[in-house]
Amino acid sequence: MSGRFRTPSGGRVDRRRTIRFTFDGKSYQGFEGDTLASALLANGVHLVGRSFKYHRPRGIVTAGSDEPNALVGVGVDDAHYTPNLRATQVEIYDGLVAESQNRWPSLNFDVGAVNEVFAPFLSAGFYYKTFMWPRAAWAKLYEPLIRRAAGLGRAPEQPDADRYTQVYAHCDVLIVGAGPAGLAAALATSASGAKVFVCDEQAEMGGSLLAEKTAVIDGLLAADWTAKALADLAARTNVTLMPRTTAFGWYPHNFLGLCERITDHVAKADPKLPRERLWQVRAKEVVLATGALERPLVFPDNDRPGIMMAEAARIYANRFGVKPGDKALIFTACDSAYRAALDLKAAGVAIAAIADLRAAPGGLWVDRARAAGIDVRAATVVTGTSGRLRIDSVSLAKLGPDGRTGASETIACDLLLMSGGFTPSVHLFSQSRGKLVYDEALQAYLPGASVERERSVGACRGISDLDTVLNDGAAGGSGAAQAAGFAGALGGTFAVHTDSVGTDGFIGVTPHGGHPSKTRAWIDFQNDVTAKDVKLAIREGFRSIEHVKRYTTTGMATDQGKTSNMNALGLVSETLQIPVPQVGLTTFRPPYTPTTFGIFAGQSRGDLFDPLRQTPIHDWAVAQGAVFEDVSLWKRAHYFPRAGEDMHAAVARECKATRQAVGIFDATTLGKIEVVGKDAAELMNRMYTNAWTKLEPGRLRYGVMLREDGFVMDDGVVGRMAPDRFHITTTTGGAPRVLAMMEDYIQTEWPDLDVWLTSTTEEWAVIAVQGPLARKVLEPLVEDIDLSREAMPHMSVREGKICGVPTRLFRVSFTGELGFEVNVPAGYGRAVWEAIFAAGKPYGITPYGTETMHVLRAEKGFIIVGQETDGTVTPDDAGLSWAIGKAKKDFVGKRSLARPAMTASDRKQLVGLLTVNPKTVLEEGAQIVADPAQPIPMTMLGHVTSSYWSTTLDRSIALALVRGGRARIGERLSVPMPDGPITVELVEPIFYDPKGARLDA
Amino acid sequence: MLLITCPHCGPRAELEFSYGGEAHIARPIDPTGLDDEAWATFLYKRSNPKGVHAERWRHLHGCGRFFNVLRDTISDTIVTTYPAGQPRPALPSDGKENAR
Ligand SMILES: [Zn+2]
Repeated sequence: MSGRFRTPSGGRVDRRRTIRFTFDGKSYQGFEGDTLASALLANGVHLVGRSFKYHRPRGIVTAGSDEPNALVGVGVDDAHYTPNLRATQVEIYDGLVAESQNRWPSLNFDVGAVNEVFAPFLSAGFYYKTFMWPRAAWAKLYEPLIRRAAGLGRAPEQPDADRYTQVYAHCDVLIVGAGPAGLAAALATSASGAKVFVCDEQAEMGGSLLAEKTAVIDGLLAADWTAKALADLAARTNVTLMPRTTAFGWYPHNFLGLCERITDHVAKADPKLPRERLWQVRAKEVVLATGALERPLVFPDNDRPGIMMAEAARIYANRFGVKPGDKALIFTACDSAYRAALDLKAAGVAIAAIADLRAAPGGLWVDRARAAGIDVRAATVVTGTSGRLRIDSVSLAKLGPDGRTGASETIACDLLLMSGGFTPSVHLFSQSRGKLVYDEALQAYLPGASVERERSVGACRGISDLDTVLNDGAAGGSGAAQAAGFAGALGGTFAVHTDSVGTDGFIGVTPHGGHPSKTRAWIDFQNDVTAKDVKLAIREGFRSIEHVKRYTTTGMATDQGKTSNMNALGLVSETLQIPVPQVGLTTFRPPYTPTTFGIFAGQSRGDLFDPLRQTPIHDWAVAQGAVFEDVSLWKRAHYFPRAGEDMHAAVARECKATRQAVGIFDATTLGKIEVVGKDAAELMNRMYTNAWTKLEPGRLRYGVMLREDGFVMDDGVVGRMAPDRFHITTTTGGAPRVLAMMEDYIQTEWPDLDVWLTSTTEEWAVIAVQGPLARKVLEPLVEDIDLSREAMPHMSVREGKICGVPTRLFRVSFTGELGFEVNVPAGYGRAVWEAIFAAGKPYGITPYGTETMHVLRAEKGFIIVGQETDGTVTPDDAGLSWAIGKAKKDFVGKRSLARPAMTASDRKQLVGLLTVNPKTVLEEGAQIVADPAQPIPMTMLGHVTSSYWSTTLDRSIALALVRGGRARIGERLSVPMPDGPITVELVEPIFYDPKGARLDA
Repeated sequence: MLLITCPHCGPRAELEFSYGGEAHIARPIDPTGLDDEAWATFLYKRSNPKGVHAERWRHLHGCGRFFNVLRDTISDTIVTTYPAGQPRPALPSDGKENAR
């Protein structure tokens, strides 16, 4: 058994396969093929949630992705939990655990329902009006209160345990929607040989055909024709059928985002499979066959459990074999509800009456209903409903020709079905930037001229009868194949036996005769917006639908107003007495239905969140217990603590060892670019501030690179390896932009230069050996290189071998000590590092990390681009005027340096700072002022750029940029901090060995 | 995501490219000959049209080459692409302001 409301036979569920699941902790049974909604209805459960604002009991309204009410949380535990799923889309499986939302302590008794009592105070814009002041109450009182009371599902707190993947795909024709129009389009377009994707958000393809019992297509019952069409398509190798796949977004140039749900419907999923797959599809042509959504009618108390769309009830009966109730009353503005009434009656649901808004309904369907003994009442409206957790009666009244309602009659029922006609689904078309055109006769917006390469077919462009829908789909499919460059598509026609249900409908609020301020007729179920709220917004002066939407929040819930937008437009139009198109239309935005964050993240989680760069020496540093820091994408050893050492102690030891003996440092992350060609020196002259022509092969030079606006962009040591060859080093993070800028100039400004650039960052491992004993360590390891002071002075480079490996050996120092940087092919990096480390053991060689490197260079006043500079610092500001080739006529940024603002005397300039109390270490980024007693806002003169404890000097040191700083050297300024101002003295930005004697050792 | 036709490689997804700002702004041959205003105009002034915009793109994760694109800034439609160094192609829709 799967519930009292299951029909004895019929429907597409598999009655041999019983499925057990729980909802709010209670066990239920359904059949394979059921959605959570159909299975609950089969068990007589309509109450599935509480509304957003007033906590009103709410039931299942639709049978599809447009469901506004039946939002549930699904998952056995927090790591597999998804909130806000539509019960109408959740497929049941053995062991499914689902729960209702927005209720406490239980669905039947919800404390939040006291909001009902306060409803008069919760009208449109109440957030804006009520919680304006006092300001302090926001964070402590209002916001927590609102967050607890409102909101839909609960966000899980555990990391998502599921996997998600992403796929890029190309096709000739993408067909969105596999109802009759989409299937006809797919059959036609795929006959041409075009590569075709067909996606549909439902588990089973066929759309409205799956609930069709009588129509005959090409001699086959609709269900049989659908099965044959799907089998035909599946057999074609050029067709990919994608069920459970929602096209949620349209992005420029026919690029669509599709979410495929892969394992959510299975009890025990293959662990190799991801939960969902993001398809990013570039289609030459797109066919939109997205169908239409039935509109609710807006009447007093139209939100009780047991009030549902007429077509949804027909789908539950015909497709799922479920009676949504025992006794139904139907309120309609169109013929399709008559068809629903007849199908429901056939399924065993008693039809109390059909109340038809229209003055004189007639024709085939009305006649059939009357012939079946159904009480059809023309010009009749619903004026109210009753029933706390489920509807139990409906009040009907006659609608006079003057628009007034007559005496009301109350009819008992447990189901109220409504139909206001159908709204074409134009979401994706609108997302493609196509303009929508209002159709007065259909009271609907339809696709206008295309902007992208797409076409709409079937109900989404206002065509409703099955024969015309099928033929329209075939014509569209054939047209799409031709537009994609394929001939031979079949545009044929279908022989269809079916009866038209016409295109009548209604938008706005149905007449009810109730007092406007005392009746509540819901327009937006999910955001709890009533007709009264919309009218209030208009009374308060809101005219544009965009403003009404934001003020009332109508259409702003997770369903984006799929069922409510047209009724809101109708109401505004009626209230303002202006035509619907003049009210305007809100923008459709992706996603069409809510989409998990998981598919957008894909594999980019945890270790794979960002690419990770490691040097060949990384594992050695790990083994030595190094602590790492992130520098751009690189992992760099920050310091090497020994047992019991904190960072301060480790850095002090590393500094001392390097200054007194020898240290070893992994500088592999430096960016490197090889510049080769006849015009290599000319390019260097144009790109860097320095002069390169006279630099001899075998020499190094510190180079500064500016942007064209004159500000420092990068720096680094450059070696001239040969007359036509330079070895550039850049900052660790700057390599890509330096290379990109040089490429830009070569390709677009100076294509006549004969020069080539190659990124060699990954090719070289760089081992810095620094300290007074550095030469002693390296000497026994090198061949063909004389390391002596005379043969290899500071700032020179030699090629030869070290440990048998080819090397470019730089004599260079970023520490102020005698120093070398050993460049070896990256694959030998670890071996050479270990050989040097072993050779250095007798001399006390000490590995040091980036923190020690920072301290040592700051003691020498060497800047770091990005720390002492921030994109607004000129070479002169940074004390680098000496690096500018004065005789050079031009280089990138030179002209900008001559602009008046770049030479103003009050620019921020690099200085050293010494705190008057030598034990005080300043905060980097702290502001510098002249008078700490000045009232806020103070005049800020500059800021601290680097600040460290210097073990060498046994005191703190800092670098700073200060307005007119060089002229202030010797002055005292102040650094205001929460614990009081710190007095500092401005000094030259060099603290150790100012003459550089140690470098030249 | 835009579909951009690299003149050297063919149509590729936008994520293979990097954007390079407005096209056809040549660096002056002799910057020192420009007064401050003319230099500032070269550095900072860009046309920012509503409509067809000539702009530079680089096929960074492909052939690595810079090239030019005519893109409609309203619709994101790419009118045409052409190699760096070539003049901006004339369009039937060009008004007087584009006829330079
Ligand atoms: Zn290319």
